[in-house]
Amino acid sequence: MSGIPHDHYEPKSGGAKWLESRLPVIGLIHDTLKIPTPKNLNWMWIWGIVLTFCLVLQIATGVVLVMHYTPHVDMAFASVEHIMRDVNGGQMIRYFHMNGASLFFVAVYLHIFRSLYYGSYKAPREVTWIIGMLIYLLMMGTAFMGYVLPWGQMSFHGTAVITGLFGAIPFVGEAIQTWLLGASSVGQPALNRFFSLHYLLPFIMAGLVIVHIWAFHSTGNNNPTGVEVRRTSKAEAEKDTLPFWPYFVIKDLFALAIILAVFVAVVGFMPNYLGHPDNYVEANPLVTPSHIVPEWYFLPFYAILRSFTADVWVVMFAEWISFGIIDAKFFGVLAMFGAIVVMALAPWLDTSSVRSGRYRPMFKWWFALLVVDFIVLMWAGAMPAEGIYPIIALIGSAYWFAYFLVILPLLGVIEKPETPPQTIEEDFNAHHAAEDTPGRPVASPAE
Amino acid sequence: MSNAEDHEGTRRDFIYYATAGAGAVVTGAAVWPLVNQMNPSADVLALASIRVDVSTVTAGSQMTVLWQGKPVIVRRRTEEEIARARSIDDVESLPDPMARNENLSTEVAALDENRTLDEAGEWLVQMGVCTHLGCVPLGNNAGDFEGWFCPCHGSHYDASGRIRKGPAPENLPIPVASFVDDVTIQLG
Repeated sequence: MSGIPHDHYEPKSGGAKWLESRLPVIGLIHDTLKIPTPKNLNWMWIWGIVLTFCLVLQIATGVVLVMHYTPHVDMAFASVEHIMRDVNGGQMIRYFHMNGASLFFVAVYLHIFRSLYYGSYKAPREVTWIIGMLIYLLMMGTAFMGYVLPWGQMSFHGTAVITGLFGAIPFVGEAIQTWLLGASSVGQPALNRFFSLHYLLPFIMAGLVIVHIWAFHSTGNNNPTGVEVRRTSKAEAEKDTLPFWPYFVIKDLFALAIILAVFVAVVGFMPNYLGHPDNYVEANPLVTPSHIVPEWYFLPFYAILRSFTADVWVVMFAEWISFGIIDAKFFGVLAMFGAIVVMALAPWLDTSSVRSGRYRPMFKWWFALLVVDFIVLMWAGAMPAEGIYPIIALIGSAYWFAYFLVILPLLGVIEKPETPPQTIEEDFNAHHAAEDTPGRPVASPAE
Repeated sequence: MSNAEDHEGTRRDFIYYATAGAGAVVTGAAVWPLVNQMNPSADVLALASIRVDVSTVTAGSQMTVLWQGKPVIVRRRTEEEIARARSIDDVESLPDPMARNENLSTEVAALDENRTLDEAGEWLVQMGVCTHLGCVPLGNNAGDFEGWFCPCHGSHYDASGRIRKGPAPENLPIPVASFVDDVTIQLG
């Protein structure tokens, strides 16, 4: 499958030969698991496994929850309480599903920022990156619709605000909003279809995950140096790589075990820490919670949405040049989706010839600022939209766009990158001196 | 598909385009019902109009009813509220100078006369949906302008439901409404 030369599966027994000539499934699994993987991968390369685990966890717990849930406005809230109080082990299953969404987003953000730092999105891995972005969009849609299902106050009024965003689209907005909700407001039709789609989308994500893996198995993994594996011969490739099974599987499972220890502690001891108390109040269309905020993983983009108010000059300019079609509300919606679009376009916006941020002295600092920016936006999104917070959110939003649209293209021209090592083997030996390599210090045990 | 020797349309080209065209039309016809089923169903549309008994609403009080899934505020105003609401005649100085009354044309100015249900201005029927992000404003002379106040992002509405201060862009909309008899209002 990969372009890196390696051993392929040869069926030995009669039965295996019989099956392989009819359906080469063992060969497919063998080649997938035995893919040559750069041996210098660091701990930021474990998030893929964590994400795969999350998808499986969410599907497994979700399918079980559906056995007890009723998607009806009069019964949804009660059926969730039924799961929490009456169903055997229902409380833990729901808490795993609820917090599983948070673990999913922690992992996806670390996975994305890993790719942004080490230039994993750059040629020839653009397709992997774009499919990843599609999975991320589906994740957000699925998480949003799942949050509606318990039919609490936050579910209801959050949905009203978010579907209201589509109402901001000029001319057709109201028709789209009505079409999405199946009524002029949030109610039974919306709850029912969100339930249907919340069940469907994870399976589409699973399909895209397979394509995502297929794509990077075709190009080979990126690695912390950004240097490609040598592929002129199998012997040379083996100096740079180790097979995924068993080396990286064991490493990834070890990391997963540590992450799950923390995760289970959160689920067991503080399952509602990341939630909002208002969502344990049944939806009431006549009363709005005083402070509507989305779940933490949407906050950076919620902050971008809210930051472009009518008194910002870019918004005023957009309104003037579009003859009033793009008002502040629509501009905010465009900015929120645009923030993800510019990220998806990173492979074509980054002009640097060096892939890994490790060898880019200026890029490092701008990237660190982007991470800080993301956290600041997350914080600003949780704050009320008054006082100093909108200004902080606006500065944060401006930097997000500037990073992708100005800094990435310019850095490739003005920055003088350091020289990356010639090979992955060289980098590996520099970090993990082999005992038989003369002149290299051998790690001594701690005193 | 086409014949390289012959740039005139051939019989084969015609069949190719006709088949592709028919395929596109059939696909569209098959997909459309799947899209259209998401639009409001007949029973949802049937709830488009309701009748409300307002016999229990006394002067200086209000009731909130759910209409098409959204709260509608029916307020019976006191003389003092009416006087306060009608004292504004310079509508151009308001953040939103339009009446936003679905019973009248869209060009009507935001005078209190153009927003109340009756001539005398005793009855004010308006959507209880903040025009900013759709929260439900608090009533009973709340806020700086003694009308309604939205707790979400601090929009202040006056006794006529007009936006006076805060992020909301428009006055609270007036739905299609009318008295069918002395104590019953029809919405929609």
